[in-house]
Amino acid sequence: MRFGVVTFPGSNCDHDAYHVIKNVAQREATFLWHKETDLSGVDAIVLPGGFSYGDSLRCGAIARFSPIMDEVRKFADAGGPVIGICNGFQVLTEAGLLPGAMLRNQGLTFICEDAYLQVANGHLPWTGLCPETIVAPIAHHDGCYYADADTLARLEGEGQVAFRYCDRSGEVTEASNPNGSLNSIAGITNARGNVLGMMPHPERNAEAELGDASGAWVFRSVVKAFLEGEVGR
Amino acid sequence: MTVHVPDVAGRPGDPSITDALVAEHGLKGDEYQRVLDILGREPTYTELGVFSVMWSEHCSYKTSRIHLGTLPTSGPRVLQGPGENAGVVDIGDGLAVCFKMESHNHPSFIEPFQGAATGVGGILRDVFTMGARPIALLNSLRFGAADHEKTKFLLPGVVAGIAGYGNCVGVPTVAGEVNFHPSYNGNILVNAMAVGLLRSDAIFRGVAAGPGNPVLYVGARTGRDGIHGATMASDTFEEGVEKPRPTVQVGDPYTEKLLIEACLELMREDAIVAIQDMGAAGLTSSSVEMAGRGGTGLLLDVAKVPAAAEGMTPYEFLLSESQERMLIVSVRGKEHIVERVFRKWDLEAVVIGRVTDDGLWTIAEGDNIVASIPVDALTDAAPVYDRPHREPAGFAERQVEPSYPPAGDCGDVLLKLLASPDIADKRWVYRQYDHMVQLGTVVRPGAADAAVVRVPNTEKALSLTTDCNSVWVKAHPHMGTQGAVAEAARNVACTGAEPLAVTDCLNFGNPERPEVMWEFVQSIEGMGVALRELDIPVVSGNVSLYNETSDVSIHPTPGIGMVGLIERREHTVGMGFPENGHRVVLLGTPRPTLGATAYGRVIHASETGAPPTVHWDDERSLLATLREGIEAGVIVAAHDAADGGLGVALAEMALAGGRAGGLGDGLGAGVALEGLGSAESRERFLFGETHGCAWVCVSNDSVGALRKLAQTHGCSARVVGTVGGDSLLVTDEAGAVLDVPVGRLRAAWEGGLVEAVGLSALPQRP
Repeated sequence: MRFGVVTFPGSNCDHDAYHVIKNVAQREATFLWHKETDLSGVDAIVLPGGFSYGDSLRCGAIARFSPIMDEVRKFADAGGPVIGICNGFQVLTEAGLLPGAMLRNQGLTFICEDAYLQVANGHLPWTGLCPETIVAPIAHHDGCYYADADTLARLEGEGQVAFRYCDRSGEVTEASNPNGSLNSIAGITNARGNVLGMMPHPERNAEAELGDASGAWVFRSVVKAFLEGEVGR
Repeated sequence: MTVHVPDVAGRPGDPSITDALVAEHGLKGDEYQRVLDILGREPTYTELGVFSVMWSEHCSYKTSRIHLGTLPTSGPRVLQGPGENAGVVDIGDGLAVCFKMESHNHPSFIEPFQGAATGVGGILRDVFTMGARPIALLNSLRFGAADHEKTKFLLPGVVAGIAGYGNCVGVPTVAGEVNFHPSYNGNILVNAMAVGLLRSDAIFRGVAAGPGNPVLYVGARTGRDGIHGATMASDTFEEGVEKPRPTVQVGDPYTEKLLIEACLELMREDAIVAIQDMGAAGLTSSSVEMAGRGGTGLLLDVAKVPAAAEGMTPYEFLLSESQERMLIVSVRGKEHIVERVFRKWDLEAVVIGRVTDDGLWTIAEGDNIVASIPVDALTDAAPVYDRPHREPAGFAERQVEPSYPPAGDCGDVLLKLLASPDIADKRWVYRQYDHMVQLGTVVRPGAADAAVVRVPNTEKALSLTTDCNSVWVKAHPHMGTQGAVAEAARNVACTGAEPLAVTDCLNFGNPERPEVMWEFVQSIEGMGVALRELDIPVVSGNVSLYNETSDVSIHPTPGIGMVGLIERREHTVGMGFPENGHRVVLLGTPRPTLGATAYGRVIHASETGAPPTVHWDDERSLLATLREGIEAGVIVAAHDAADGGLGVALAEMALAGGRAGGLGDGLGAGVALEGLGSAESRERFLFGETHGCAWVCVSNDSVGALRKLAQTHGCSARVVGTVGGDSLLVTDEAGAVLDVPVGRLRAAWEGGLVEAVGLSALPQRP
């Protein structure tokens, strides 16, 4: 199984995702330059964190026009697994591949800190192997998830909420919501479940040396789902 | 080389050169005479501007140069010492670490966000220019009194500026210092340090060689921002006098990120001879320095420089401090490779001139020559001063240890110290910095005495710290600076690292005052002593003088940025008490004093007295014991005593306790001391400040191994306590000296900074 990690100008977690895929999930990885129009036959796509186009206009608003995004859309429509992490999530919402939008954090500052995540739906290609809670650091200025009431109801009703911010015991509380996201949403998928967007960085907590390594389960989950034919084009 | 200086006609519309114009450019009478002697004619307006910035204190180091020359700068590991964009030190396995620290004080006081942001941008360029991938940022910040009206505005601005830049370029900000003192009320300090990794056989330098080779301008366009920034940084501030504002530059971290990637990609091709960041004094200093190092000349055409504004004059092109720009000398015939790589990253790369062999720095505007100056007149022949220096009156009298009436309740003293803004939790600050990107941060901010960043594909890690207790340095510049180096060395040793080398950022007041100059001279001497005692060099640095507002000079602040090497990072430790049952050991020999301490400032509103003395034999045996004990897995936590002494250090270990190597929820300990004596000597032992010792934790089974190791190095090791419980309990023969629940320690420590400065409250830790 081969992952493609897209590099937009301003991406800065592309090497981190590449490293975790290669050295932790032990799969092949390749960088995909944003100006390319060919996905080189990869089996999964990562839109990494960073500040694509310097967050000009809105986070992710310009990256969605990069040439490669047409191919990413086709890949996603065909059922291929796609994960957008942090800025990648913002790109996915701007591109319309996921619903909703990200607002400035409620506290108005950038926040870099560990976040405990309740796995709200453990039956997705990206969460199948995840324990009930994982730890994945957040590092963002604009991570307050917003969607209109109908969209929110649909996401909740269809099991599209993948992760919620919670406390250490797995409890979702107001105090455990770091940025003011509606329904404490930290990550969502599309209706089909193959496209995941999440603000926290699972790749930052995929090795014991850097934390408890529980973020690695996100990557292992999709590998298993792909190998067992549950997700993929 | 004998250089013939050609005649250059002034440009139509240039102001004529008058005494007033010369003075406005910061050139003193004898300095201007020197310009006339060198050129053999009157300078053009453009040339006057160039001399002004190149001979400014900021660019020429004219006050500091003779003193800096006394510092040790070489050693078996040094691949590049001072004089280049940054220093480079070998770390084995074909790898090297490149680092430098630099000040951005004046701009940050005027406009904290952009001043701090561009400080980060500039220091990053110094590091990736050498061919290194930046892997970590640190910063050392000094603000005025916590309750000063400007602090509440400046602190959030500086922090947001550092975050806005560092986070965007994707380099983690892993460590730093934030301190407060009224001497910085009118002149804050923002010092940023960048650390990069490179292959030891692939170092790039700014040496313009090979006459005929093309000179390329790459990166952002040149605007009118920051003209004469270097001259401003060499001047003092006066309250109530508004200086012209355009001398603060505006940063664009997105362009910097592209520039990093483009430069590092280009360096993998065999296409470039030299590369140099355009920092202070922009195009002028970068090109002059490159030609100076190469012993060559340069011919540049400013009409070819990509401009961000219309109608810019050569004077403006040459002195602009627009950010995110670099100068590259490419191999002749390989310009197209530079252009191709930069086009890929949507950046400009334009040939603006070539290397010459005439020793002249010549500037054209299209067909007209507007400046032509011998290169060495701007570098080697810049003025050098041996300024008078004088010990301040009453210095000797102030060296007596103060005698304070005991405060009585040691628990109460401890809580007050923990809540004081210098010692209090800095989560409000580092939470805004992305400190994890690049997946290298093995030990996070607040969890240890230094940050630990792993070296990819090896077992190694780097231990990084910045240190300077400026109250110690003010009290005794010579010993206080030794103390700053000793503390930095202990901090890296407390993570298991061997100190490798230092970068210094020397912030002082107005050197034209003999008492300030004395502080500088004494401080450099002290630093030299410390570096020689530890046998480590200084490989890069920066001098910032004239940090004075309305006749008040800052406390002398020679910031020490230290890089330590951990060969095998498997056993790296943090400071927190790891788990119940571990033994608490006092390593080394404490010699606490109440002079120049946080205790004096917080409890008795006094900073008089001599700072703690460094005993270098003790210090070396402590460093060796720490390093070897940690590497062997014997020592499982370590923390030295700094601000607030051994008592505060114990409390910090309790606060971080419960999670080996990380920040836990807190864990108590019981520590039984002997012979503390009177109330006054109890307070001296707990809150006096001292070198030469550290608290460490070992498992019960390892006590013997630690004793043996310490004995080998002639270091004392006293087992005095046991980790466990919910309180920090310290006793002596007479009973409890202090007994404070960790929860109370936490409330004081976590709320201290926010309350003292009046910042927005933080949510609970996750």
